[in-house]
Amino acid sequence: MRAHRLPHIWCPGCGLGNALRCYVEAMEASDTPLDKHVCVSGIGCSGRAAGYVNVDSYHTTHGRPIPFATGLKLVRPELEVTVFSGDGDLVTIGGNHLIHAARRNLDLNVLCANNFNYGMTGGQFGATTPYAARTTTTPYGNFEQAFNLPLLVAASGATFVSRWTSLHVRQLTKAIERAFEVDGFAFVEILSPCPVGFGRKNEFADALAEMTHFREKAIVRHDADLREVGITMRREDPIILGNFVDEERPSYFVGKDDLLKSVLEGRE
Amino acid sequence: MTGEHFMKGDEALVEGSIAAGCRFYAGYPITPSSEIAERMAWRMPLVGGDYIQIEDEMGSLAAVIGASCAGAKAMTATSGPGFSLMMEHIGLAIMLEAPCVVVDIQRGGPSTGLPTLMSQGDMMQARWGSHGDYEMVAYAPGTVQEMFDFAIKAFNTAERFRVPVLVMGDQIVGQMTARLVIPSEEEIEVSYRPLPDVPPEEYSPADVSRLVPPMVLPGEGYGLHMTALTHDEFGYPETSASRQESLVPRLIRKIKENEQDIVEYEERLLDDAEVGLVVYGSMKGPGWEAVQAARKEGIKAGILRLITPWPFPREPVERLSERVAAILVAEVNMGQMVHSVREYARCPVHHLGHPGGRIFHPDEILRALRKVIT
Repeated sequence: MRAHRLPHIWCPGCGLGNALRCYVEAMEASDTPLDKHVCVSGIGCSGRAAGYVNVDSYHTTHGRPIPFATGLKLVRPELEVTVFSGDGDLVTIGGNHLIHAARRNLDLNVLCANNFNYGMTGGQFGATTPYAARTTTTPYGNFEQAFNLPLLVAASGATFVSRWTSLHVRQLTKAIERAFEVDGFAFVEILSPCPVGFGRKNEFADALAEMTHFREKAIVRHDADLREVGITMRREDPIILGNFVDEERPSYFVGKDDLLKSVLEGRE
Repeated sequence: MTGEHFMKGDEALVEGSIAAGCRFYAGYPITPSSEIAERMAWRMPLVGGDYIQIEDEMGSLAAVIGASCAGAKAMTATSGPGFSLMMEHIGLAIMLEAPCVVVDIQRGGPSTGLPTLMSQGDMMQARWGSHGDYEMVAYAPGTVQEMFDFAIKAFNTAERFRVPVLVMGDQIVGQMTARLVIPSEEEIEVSYRPLPDVPPEEYSPADVSRLVPPMVLPGEGYGLHMTALTHDEFGYPETSASRQESLVPRLIRKIKENEQDIVEYEERLLDDAEVGLVVYGSMKGPGWEAVQAARKEGIKAGILRLITPWPFPREPVERLSERVAAILVAEVNMGQMVHSVREYARCPVHHLGHPGGRIFHPDEILRALRKVIT
């Protein structure tokens, strides 16, 4: 951590501090030296993480950290490139890049802190806001349906897909370590309480309320049917966590090298 | 590739970029720039570089900037609609001081407009299209050879000043086929961005007093941070008017204080000229023919061709306006660069414009020149 950059900007009760801690601990536990780790973030509360971690880091534009990281990784494949950003950034404005990066299966790690709203700009709804949830731009409740992120990213072709809450510190850290290890696109959704932006309008007003909900309703089911892991944030519905996908699939680099080798050798 | 070739402008630009050291291309195909993507896809693996097709133009330029930050000379190419989508990341490249080249093979607009036909309608967007204050460098090639030559200039200027640089081509110069001479490698001068000259433990970004600070690359132990937010000399965000005042003017001064060095133009037959024709890009050819035809009729016409529309060659325009009775600006848009000419000219300035779809015939320019002098 860059201690001189503290205190951070995050609100009391926010899950991002824990999420960042797990990322940092996973980096320390990884075989890659810290100066070969690179952190790329986008815009939003979680986007500030890049300024706090003491590794080479880039804080880019809204929705585009994944393509930025794509360019960086292609040029420097030996670097462990991780995108740390939020749901609004990665899924709503940047959703197209997310699915294409998963399809491309370039060896990137995407840590997506999901707090179900745009926290930094005052709590508007986005593509992860559950149906009927209140936000500053859904005063009658959200008319739309939310993305089920593990299903979306798995269907797009990611090598590793995982979901934990920011309270599941050990499991989350392990999942991030695994994301570093796999050769291909790795996605970790981190459910993160946002008492100020999301909670207080949705019966989780107290800083502890959303955490309590996560703790009480969390079910770990690694082999879950991904069609059934969508999140409603209704009191009665479960929150299904786990390392859902962890399978070998040729990464972008493998696919590229194989083809180039066979085609160019054939020419000689 | 040294030697003589018969090539399309878009392809020549690819060869110029490779000669300048470009080893990364990210883009989204769009007419009439797709020949650049196609040749890059073929050539990059052969020269040890990367070609990647991104899902849109916003992501394309973001990937180019990421590659640039990783140390590669990087570029993208597009046309009107894609150029519009790239505007936000022009600002990112300015703010991160990430050298890169963006090529716009202009076509008729607004919107989808004329996908297969030329215009010069993006000239003001090139200068002012991204939000906030910044200076822009743009080259406007007029021949296939210049697509090659100006690509090299664009990369060198981008690297020297750590800025995005534009090549403002158009459908005509992009898709015309002509002779191209590629010089030997030793004849091609190539620049690379300034790098830190001390090891990480001695490095302090706070010491950076240079207008163009050295660029720290990732993975070398410097512990760099870069942000698109207004930032201090360490790269850390700071939201204040005073920090804005120290950052943004420096970014502007990088270009302003080197304007003499960057600005390029071509003057022909101006010594005794009574009327000056101002053109750029593909209008170079028709403009020169029109001036020669005018001379044959006894009209003392000369030509000022803008090689860098941006930064605007204001001194040559001022000088020209003191020498001639009137200036004619001929461009394939409804009036863009003419505004800058009027800003600096001290004589009447006339405009010959067209909304795009075709280039001017020399006879049309000649008729306009006749009108101007009467």
